[in-house]
Amino acid sequence: MSLLDYFRISKVGTASLAKERLQILVAHERTSKHQPSYLPQLQKELLEVIQKYVKVSQDAISVTFEQDEHQETLELNIVLPDNQAKNT
Amino acid sequence: MARIIVVTSGKGGVGKTTTSAAIAMGLAKKGHKTAVIDFDVGLRNLDLIMGCERRVVYDFVNVINGEATLNQALIRDKNCNLLYILPASQTRDKDALSQEGVGRVLDELKKDFKYIVCDSPAGIEKGAHLAMYFADDAFVVTNPEVSSVRDSDRMLGILSSKSRRAEQNEEPINEFLLLTRYAPERVKLGEMLSVDDVQDILSLHLLGVIPESKSVLNASNSGTPVILDEKSDAGQAYADIVARYLGEERPHRFIDDKKGFFRNLFGGN
Ligand SMILES: Nc1ncnc2c1ncn2[C@@H]1O[C@H](COP(=O)(O)OP(=O)(O)OP(=O)(O)O)[C@@H](O)[C@H]1O
Ligand SMILES: [Mg+2]
Repeated sequence: MSLLDYFRISKVGTASLAKERLQILVAHERTSKHQPSYLPQLQKELLEVIQKYVKVSQDAISVTFEQDEHQETLELNIVLPDNQAKNT
Repeated sequence: MARIIVVTSGKGGVGKTTTSAAIAMGLAKKGHKTAVIDFDVGLRNLDLIMGCERRVVYDFVNVINGEATLNQALIRDKNCNLLYILPASQTRDKDALSQEGVGRVLDELKKDFKYIVCDSPAGIEKGAHLAMYFADDAFVVTNPEVSSVRDSDRMLGILSSKSRRAEQNEEPINEFLLLTRYAPERVKLGEMLSVDDVQDILSLHLLGVIPESKSVLNASNSGTPVILDEKSDAGQAYADIVARYLGEERPHRFIDDKKGFFRNLFGGN
């Protein structure tokens, strides 16, 4: 390391940001590769049904599929808005 | 036994053709009879990098279609008589290559050659698929840059699921990382992904790092694979890669910024 490098440390490069973004993306793409192809459609239809009863946004629902040697798990996660209970 | 090496990446313009030309020459210079095939149908370029563009008469598609024999289409390299080039066709027909046809030509080459290097086109379409399908070893060419790393990861998924070895439940393709256009001084400043960063994400066996180098353009200008420029950093990096692939131990010479003690001391770039 050079002397000037000590002063440069404050100047944060963008490489660490690149690495962080890649790690998240690659992990996501690796798991989604094994997902059944009906998953996006399932997610869309579920969202429509739920929206009939509760005011949730597009990204409030997540459907994940996991597979290991023994079993396949379909996990459905819905985040309800805070004030929902009062309105209904 | 002959071995088929695919040079692949997903992303375009990362250095596949430069690498194919260099390692094919390197293997031949080490005494192994080697053929290098351009799979980039419609965008032939390997002939230019190898400096044999004026000697192309027949091409890969001619051989598949039985319009020429393999011997008629193979071009013997001007610098090394153990190296032969099979140029791509300039046809616009996307279906000119068939799996059956490519397999047939590779089988014939395997009888006579030790190494067959397949220069893949960019993308994940048919040409790229056929270039990797029959491979024993894959050189995954990656630049230290987000889209290249992502595409390499996708290509790894394809290598492990869509290749002949995968389909027939054989031992998987050996995958190697070649990190190219590396600029150590930018890595040091935190501006560019480091070798370790890329390794953390792709977890591949690192065959070598090729620095960003002016010698690559010089080599392509003159139509001689950069590995023949023995004084150049990129040429030496490719020579190390060939040696490592053949089982020699070599230290990695081009990962650290070595621009002289004084420049380093004062942080000059
Ligand atoms: N180590 C390097 N240093 C500097 N320039 C390089 C280096 N490697 C490749 N290049 C340059 O990058 C460009 C693309 O290289 P090349 O044609 O080998 O890529 P490619 O992956 O085969 O592209 P395509 O996807 O279009 O087939 C060329 O101009 C080449 O000179
Ligand atoms: Mg190319």
